[in-house]
Amino acid sequence: MSSSTTTQERPLGLDPEGTVHVSHDHHELGFLRKYIFSVDHKVIGIQFMLTGFVTLLVGGLLAMGIRWQLAFPWTEMPLIGKVLFPETGGVATPEGYTMLFTMHGTVMIFFVIIPLLTGAFGNFLIPLMIGAPDMAFPKLNMLGYWFWWPGIVLIAMAFGAEGGGPAAGWTAYPPLSTVEAAAPGSLSGQNLWLLSLTFVGVSSMMGAVNYVTTIVKMRAPGMTLFRMPLSIWGLLISALLQLFALPVLTAASFMQLFDRVFDSGFFTPPDVVINGQRPEELGAASGGHPILWQHLFWFYSHPAVYIMVLPAMGFVSDIIAVHGRKPIFGYKPMAYSMAGIAGLGFIVWGHHMFMSGMNPTVGLVFMTATIMIALPSAVKVFNWLGTLWGSRINLTTPMLFACAFVSMFIIGGLSGIWMASTPVDIYIHDTYIIVAHFHYVVFAGSVLGIFASIYHWFPKMFGRMMNETLGKIHFVGTFITTNAVFYMMHQLGIAGLMRRTADPYAYETYAHLQPLNQFISYSAFALLGFQIFFVVNFFHSIWWGKRVGRNPWKANSLEWETPSPPGHGNFDKQVEVYRGPYEFSSPEIEEDFWPQAAKV
Amino acid sequence: MFENLSLFPETASRIASEVDALTFFLAAVSLFFVVLIAGCLVILSLRFRRTRAQQSEQIEGSLALEALWTVIPLIIVLCSFGWGAKLYYEMRTPPKEGMQFYVTGKQWMWKVQHPTGQREINSLHVPVGETILLTMTSEDVIHDFFIPAFRVKADTVPGMYTSMWFEATKKGTYHLFCAEYCGTSHSEMIGEVVVMDPADYQEWLNGQPAGKNPIESGKILFENLRCDTCHAAGSGQRGPDLAGRFGLPARLSDGQTVLFDEDYVRESILEPNKKLSAGFQPLMPTYQGQVSEDQLLHLIAYIKSMTDSEADSE
Ligand code: HEC
Ligand code: HEM
Ligand SMILES: [Cu+2]
Ligand SMILES: [Cu+2]
Repeated sequence: MSSSTTTQERPLGLDPEGTVHVSHDHHELGFLRKYIFSVDHKVIGIQFMLTGFVTLLVGGLLAMGIRWQLAFPWTEMPLIGKVLFPETGGVATPEGYTMLFTMHGTVMIFFVIIPLLTGAFGNFLIPLMIGAPDMAFPKLNMLGYWFWWPGIVLIAMAFGAEGGGPAAGWTAYPPLSTVEAAAPGSLSGQNLWLLSLTFVGVSSMMGAVNYVTTIVKMRAPGMTLFRMPLSIWGLLISALLQLFALPVLTAASFMQLFDRVFDSGFFTPPDVVINGQRPEELGAASGGHPILWQHLFWFYSHPAVYIMVLPAMGFVSDIIAVHGRKPIFGYKPMAYSMAGIAGLGFIVWGHHMFMSGMNPTVGLVFMTATIMIALPSAVKVFNWLGTLWGSRINLTTPMLFACAFVSMFIIGGLSGIWMASTPVDIYIHDTYIIVAHFHYVVFAGSVLGIFASIYHWFPKMFGRMMNETLGKIHFVGTFITTNAVFYMMHQLGIAGLMRRTADPYAYETYAHLQPLNQFISYSAFALLGFQIFFVVNFFHSIWWGKRVGRNPWKANSLEWETPSPPGHGNFDKQVEVYRGPYEFSSPEIEEDFWPQAAKV
Repeated sequence: MFENLSLFPETASRIASEVDALTFFLAAVSLFFVVLIAGCLVILSLRFRRTRAQQSEQIEGSLALEALWTVIPLIIVLCSFGWGAKLYYEMRTPPKEGMQFYVTGKQWMWKVQHPTGQREINSLHVPVGETILLTMTSEDVIHDFFIPAFRVKADTVPGMYTSMWFEATKKGTYHLFCAEYCGTSHSEMIGEVVVMDPADYQEWLNGQPAGKNPIESGKILFENLRCDTCHAAGSGQRGPDLAGRFGLPARLSDGQTVLFDEDYVRESILEPNKKLSAGFQPLMPTYQGQVSEDQLLHLIAYIKSMTDSEADSE
């Protein structure tokens, strides 16, 4: 670790005297350069966030479509039915349903969670928290955002693709996804899906390169690695995960695209007969192996699930410390456990494939690695509890959401242990328990973590507070309905109900689960409804919220040294870091917080 | 609203109750930790509210505690690992003896063939108390053979074979599902497993059009497809002797060895030159497009059944 004060290297972006380049006055930017094609990391972060809200709404509406079908199968779907299924007057078709869950999963993962966590918060927070005037490569950063757009456009086009939208699931297992005759949406829809993912991947890659470089090279004097807030640790580690895992997904998507367009046959086994046709009869090559795709896909997508949670873990740690007015319990174990989770995350992908004819000895290796992930996860949870012990909690909206993240994450983590115990996984694989598991970690975990972060950093982004009362209503409603929706899915799964079924009541034996499914659906509609409080609060507060000064939460990290909102170049004074970010209630000073940049 | 909500599946195989025991153990552990942690969260956040606590404490961490809460979960996961690993091996290691069934998945149905040659679609009749071995594949996309009451599940993958075994312990009719999403009518890929007394099973078999059993069909194919012209017993033939080879390692011309199993036989028939056996020329023609999944299974059944003595006597 470079020792802080002796660091000779000057962070990029400071001019030779070491003063920050503050210069709004001499190049006044036009609207377009300032808000649309901006190279300012804060604007790009907010662009990612606002775009992410729109995609979140789309993904959410698709989820409501799924829930409608599961509660009231083959009846007219209100609102979105007419748009999605005009030919049947709003009633879902079996092909339409498969497209619904494929697109829901794809949109939520690649267009909501990852861009919100890394694109929005990564961009906004990294330079501010480490004391840099901007990202290392601002133009690349802008390009990263604009490369996301072709992805969005392509996935939007895929909805209306000839032959229906992509319908192979977000996991796109071949040969279902590669042989056009296998699934109706597999005409051009799947090609658009693959191209779209490639653009999203390139966009994420540009972001990840930028984040890692910025964090490594541009920290303010005195900001040693172990003085970085845990948010930065989370973002750094997830950027590294992206750097190492994403190329595999991009390569695999291209292979699948080649299979589809140039009939290369990477994933098509010899002698399959699909819909009465052999690939050779259609001029397609075969001789590949469908399981190869699963290895490549999960080699990316398991690390990706940690990309979707590590930043949130970091944000939540910071929020708990600030609103609990107490140092993080076990700062270094917290950082190491994130690294541990990420490292193990690369050797567990096989746990998604226990059922694919895997040799039990190989299975055992994946089982061991998977079960070990429980340990760093447990370390994190107990350290959060340790942080709360003896704290002085300010039960603000961000704090409520952060505590909800902790309690929800452990439910998701524990169901992870069920799945890591292979004999149990054999029963629950591809049932609703899996759906419950990943929604507990991704929705009840990461999305609640994102809400916590929005409420916490909103004042910095817009210079105004969000309304606490509306925030608390939003919290209570969201928390209750989330659990009503996703807890109950465990019950469906234990009863044996399978995921991705267009009509669960085709199984007579599960007909009695319809009331439970209806309960879940009503709760889901309510969950969506409660988000209105958030949307109103968010947009109302941008213009009419209470104005705040630099540091409304009395927090220590560097972003709170800047004006709210920070101007171009971020810091209006030279910052230097003297201590870690969690000096709350120190006995050495009178105030209960001790900013990182305060000299004494 | 929730009347007659049966939330737990039936238990009807030897392995099922063992799986359930592990599930209950995990459920107990999970419940304990959820209550512990959620309880702690609620209590801590009430106890240490700003209005009640005067000054927060300056605790930065504790190595002893870190060790404690690493080691306790470690012990628990090791227990569940040991238990799970043992059961996993048991579930994935089929007994040597048993009734060999063949299953082929296809959009959107299950095709089953009995050891004695009878066929059925979307249903599987088995005698109670017998070891049932399934060798499975798919004609088109990936499916997954799932019998909830037996707690067994395995993908059926085109281009390769997977296996499964179970021993039904209770007579009755159980559900058979496809658990892997396989296209538009995935949710209609449903079947039933009928578990009968051995005597009733025999009677049921007798009532079915018998046909040939897989080994006999395989033998006929072996002759019709002229496999025997190259693969006759004894040395000096153009192709290697196949008798008594199944389940043993096979040496390849590049010095490697592979297991002579279902997948290897399948590959040898469809892509004979991909893995050349040691000491032979790449003479074998490919049978791609000439044999169906069923016929492949029959050839495999026959090659599996070829013993040295049988081959000698021919
Ligand atoms: C023209 C002669 C010929 C015919 C006909 C033929 N084979 Fe072969 N087979 C060979 C030769 C030569 C090899 C060894 C070289 C290789 O592995 O390709 C071989 C290898 C094999 C192997 C691998 C054996 C090992 O020791 O590794 C199997 C299994 C096999 N054949 C099965 C069949 C079946 C089943 C048929 C009929 C459908 C068949 N063969 C038809 C010539 C033939
Ligand atoms: C304690 C740590 C965790 C363990 C042990 C674990 C284990 C597993 C296992 C074994 C599966 C495969 C189950 C199956 O298909 O049969 C799975 C699925 C999944 N997990 Fe986790 N998990 C953990 C944490 C997470 C986290 C933090 C996330 C995301 C933020 C996550 C997201 C997912 C997703 C998205 C799937 C389902 C993928 C699919 O099939 O569509 N998991 N998990
Ligand atoms: Cu995983
Ligand atoms: Cu299926």
